[in-house]
Amino acid sequence: MADFIAPGQGAIPGESGTMVEERISVATQWQLMWWRFRKHHLAMIGTIFILLFYAIVVMADFLAYSDPSASEAQRGLLSPQPIHWLDNGSFSPYVNAMVGKRDPVTFKRVYAPDADKKIPISFFAQGFSYKFLGLFPSNIHLIGVGATDAKTEDTLFIIGTDVQGRDLWSRLMYATQTSLVIGLVSVALSLFLGVLLGGLSGYYGGIWDTIIQRVIEILRSIPTIPLWMGLAAALPNDWDITAVYFSITVIISLIGWTELARVVRGRFLSLREEDFVMAAELSGCGKFRIIFRHMVPSFMSHIIAATTLALPAMILSETSLSFLGLGLRPPAVSWGVLLQQAQNVQALAISPWLLLPVLPVVVSILAFNFMGDGLRDAADPYGV
Amino acid sequence: MLAYIVRRFFLAILTTVAISVLSFIVIHLAPGDYVTAYIAQASASGSIVSAAEAQALRIQYGLDQPMHIQYIRWISLIMQGNFGMAMEWGRPVMEVIGDRLTLTVVVSVAAIIFTWAMALPIGIYSAVRQYSIGDYIFTFIGFFGLAVPGFMLALVVMYLGFVYFNTSIGGLFSAQYAEAPWGLDKFWDLMAHLPIPAVVLGLSGTAQMIRIMRANLLDELRKPYVVTARAKGMSERRAILKYPVRVALNPFASTIGYLFPYVVSGSIIVSLVLSLPTVGPLLLKALIAQDMFLAGTIILMLGVMTVIGTFISDLVLMWIDPRIRVGGQ
Amino acid sequence: MEKSLKPFISVQNLKTYFFADEGITKAVDGASFDLYREKTLGVVGESGCGKSVTARSILRIVERPGKIVEGHIYLRRKGAGGVEMEEDLTTLKPDSREMRDIRGKEIGLVFQEPMTSFSPVHTVGSQIIEAILLHQKVSKKEARNRAIEQLRLVGIPKPERRVDEFAFELSGGLRQRAMIAMALSCDPTLLIADEPTTALDVTTQAQILDLLRQLQEQRGMAIMLITHNLGVVAEMSDDVVVMYLGRVVEQGPVDDIFHAPKHPYTRALLRSIPSINSAPRVKLPTISGSIPHPFNRPPGCAFHPRCPEFMPGTCDKSEPELAAVGDRQRVSCFLYPLGGK
Repeated sequence: MADFIAPGQGAIPGESGTMVEERISVATQWQLMWWRFRKHHLAMIGTIFILLFYAIVVMADFLAYSDPSASEAQRGLLSPQPIHWLDNGSFSPYVNAMVGKRDPVTFKRVYAPDADKKIPISFFAQGFSYKFLGLFPSNIHLIGVGATDAKTEDTLFIIGTDVQGRDLWSRLMYATQTSLVIGLVSVALSLFLGVLLGGLSGYYGGIWDTIIQRVIEILRSIPTIPLWMGLAAALPNDWDITAVYFSITVIISLIGWTELARVVRGRFLSLREEDFVMAAELSGCGKFRIIFRHMVPSFMSHIIAATTLALPAMILSETSLSFLGLGLRPPAVSWGVLLQQAQNVQALAISPWLLLPVLPVVVSILAFNFMGDGLRDAADPYGV
Repeated sequence: MLAYIVRRFFLAILTTVAISVLSFIVIHLAPGDYVTAYIAQASASGSIVSAAEAQALRIQYGLDQPMHIQYIRWISLIMQGNFGMAMEWGRPVMEVIGDRLTLTVVVSVAAIIFTWAMALPIGIYSAVRQYSIGDYIFTFIGFFGLAVPGFMLALVVMYLGFVYFNTSIGGLFSAQYAEAPWGLDKFWDLMAHLPIPAVVLGLSGTAQMIRIMRANLLDELRKPYVVTARAKGMSERRAILKYPVRVALNPFASTIGYLFPYVVSGSIIVSLVLSLPTVGPLLLKALIAQDMFLAGTIILMLGVMTVIGTFISDLVLMWIDPRIRVGGQ
Repeated sequence: MEKSLKPFISVQNLKTYFFADEGITKAVDGASFDLYREKTLGVVGESGCGKSVTARSILRIVERPGKIVEGHIYLRRKGAGGVEMEEDLTTLKPDSREMRDIRGKEIGLVFQEPMTSFSPVHTVGSQIIEAILLHQKVSKKEARNRAIEQLRLVGIPKPERRVDEFAFELSGGLRQRAMIAMALSCDPTLLIADEPTTALDVTTQAQILDLLRQLQEQRGMAIMLITHNLGVVAEMSDDVVVMYLGRVVEQGPVDDIFHAPKHPYTRALLRSIPSINSAPRVKLPTISGSIPHPFNRPPGCAFHPRCPEFMPGTCDKSEPELAAVGDRQRVSCFLYPLGGK
């Protein structure tokens, strides 16, 4: 093919001189997201905390050292017993033994630390038995006093005990496990409902959209807590723990799906107009293929961000309900259940350590929010 | 504009009906009914209820009819102003609820006023002085409010008040006014007690509103009409307050509609912790006792209150946004 | 350029840089030109060459993190008492009363997107009235009358009704006219028009340009017309300034620039205009390469990687300066011995 361009007349300026080579770099969408996410320092910190939390979820049994349901009224409301790390200058952690003395005035047996009797703590000690991941029986815990003949339940109280004498630290480990797992499962259910209904609404539009939109609007305008309370109160008292877990999870997700549905619907609505969807239709793709192969990857990142941001609400719902006594009930342990004991100010004044479960709640909510913010910023192609 | 009002009104009606149905369903989800609970309670205290008595009670409370009949009965009674008897108390529901509903409204509105008063200026400041120290501090406080739910904050506040200040924080009235009839004195007493519940309740909502205002304003600040305003010779402060803030106010105002149910919701638990004589603690008791008329009425009233609040906020939004008034977008 | 009249505004060696975390963007790196009353200066160049930032620098409304780091912007006007004085706008603080006095009153700004240039929640009229009230001591009623008059002068029919309408109620052409009315409401000496017709269709574009010309004749004002559309420049300007990556590469009377372009960039730009006279079936010439990223500024003359007449050793070593070529044209290129070191 002869060169069309006649030199000297509209010729393309020659490529003399240093031409800056255009480097074309290729990165997948997920890589791009990761790079942007990395720049968001708060989000990274949040993510680290989340990972730590879920590590606790998996290793709750290992991290706890006392059986969370081992109650002993006389051990009730003991203040935190700190671990002494150095024994005469050398690294040898120990706690002071608790000795029961009879209070001469009330004749009640009162536990108090005996500064002379030191009980050494060992790592990876033996304690109560459990099944790791529900499968592998074991009785090794992170710390314990297994080496001696003292009972762990009577000796170690890193953050004190509750009114029934149960070690708060161990219960906190299990509470973390429960609260975070319920949060996760609820959000998964909400996600499912949200994607289903939001997708239906956004993609098909028309009458479906109107109906689902109205439903969402109505649910959003209703104060949710009274409704949860009502639903939760309706659960029979005699159901077993698993059934209660399950129902609470369902209840929480029933209210939470509206937000996700809105996000999904919004995405579908805007994506529907995109040219690439039309192109897919024109080339003969079926509806299903269009939705899952073409549209979903576009908003996947947004959905992930929205889901992460929805988790704190779920955790908070469960905590609130259990705090009221309408959610999980003993012998189940969750952050809300632990906090229920802190309702009474007078009791709190004497045993302020009962308020400690507030910390993991706040930290986890913050962490999820930061992480979700980071994900949302990273997923937004038009963001700064 | 008229179309807008009609649409929102219609939606409000629909929501109210939905709430009434939901409230009704919720109460009847519990297995057994009031009579069962009554019998259990009676036997716990030692007395026995015969089957005939139980049946008579059932007929008296209309508990033997099918669901939809009961619902219609309930609604028609409500239309006549009869909210039924609180079975537990043996008094009419409205008597038992008494002041509590009004107080719930008062506390919620106080919280919302607090939220607005804080979120608006802070949001504006954060957006205009982005990345300044003030911005970081407020963002931090915002996150704090976001992460600590109302009732936890209430717990901590109560603890601090008790231990360090030796005061018992909580309640809406001093002892002498609690049961007293309404008067100017009682009103001022209420006002004096309002700040803490308002702040505790409003803080988490404030955090969200700050973020919304900040994000919206940041978006608007980038737009060309801000440049126009500056180019006209307006001072920076006036230009920002008059134009982008005004525009950013629209999405901000539209979130009030959802702030109200959120605050009312939160007030239930916070009231419990702070011992406020609002509807919250009463609802909890009613639910545990499975007192249908009381619990159902409370949920219904809360719902209706919220619907009214949302509708009012819709009207406010319409007043603010000329696009809705003129019917452009 | 006629040297008899003194310029209303004289920009000298203006440098406006943006200081961001990722680096410094030299948006305007040494621009010099003059603006005369009754004359239109066309500022032309590709996107990102610094035309808009120059305009904003003159008005001192450059957004953070931008700052004027060097240069002068001399404004000559009659101060109090009828004495002609010269102010250097770079010495004024952007938010100071003196600067705000000038903005809107001495210099008006019209720009590209009339829809988003008006506040969506205030009426068009109220925004014009506000401009009037900012600079003129008149009553609200009088201001309203003047606003209506301005709308009429820019050719908006039924101005007494339009004045109470919102921007979204007007068509694109009317909106742009309203913008012009607002910019001219205080009778400025200079009108800066930043891509005033880019968002309009060709017919409306012609109307708006006609309007601008007509207003200029009536009021004797200077116009700084910023555009990337060479056709508009040819039609409207008396003088032209060609910018590339923040520097003026060529300037001169419009005829000289269009018929005897000296700078390789100007030549390439002009060559790339499709014309009814060009040979059929010939590929439209383009300028090879693309505009470098502001952080990757080429050393020496910024245009040298794309220049067909690049001279290795000279063009990549130092930057050329604007120097006279002929009696009315100035070029910044090493091809012209008077220009450059």
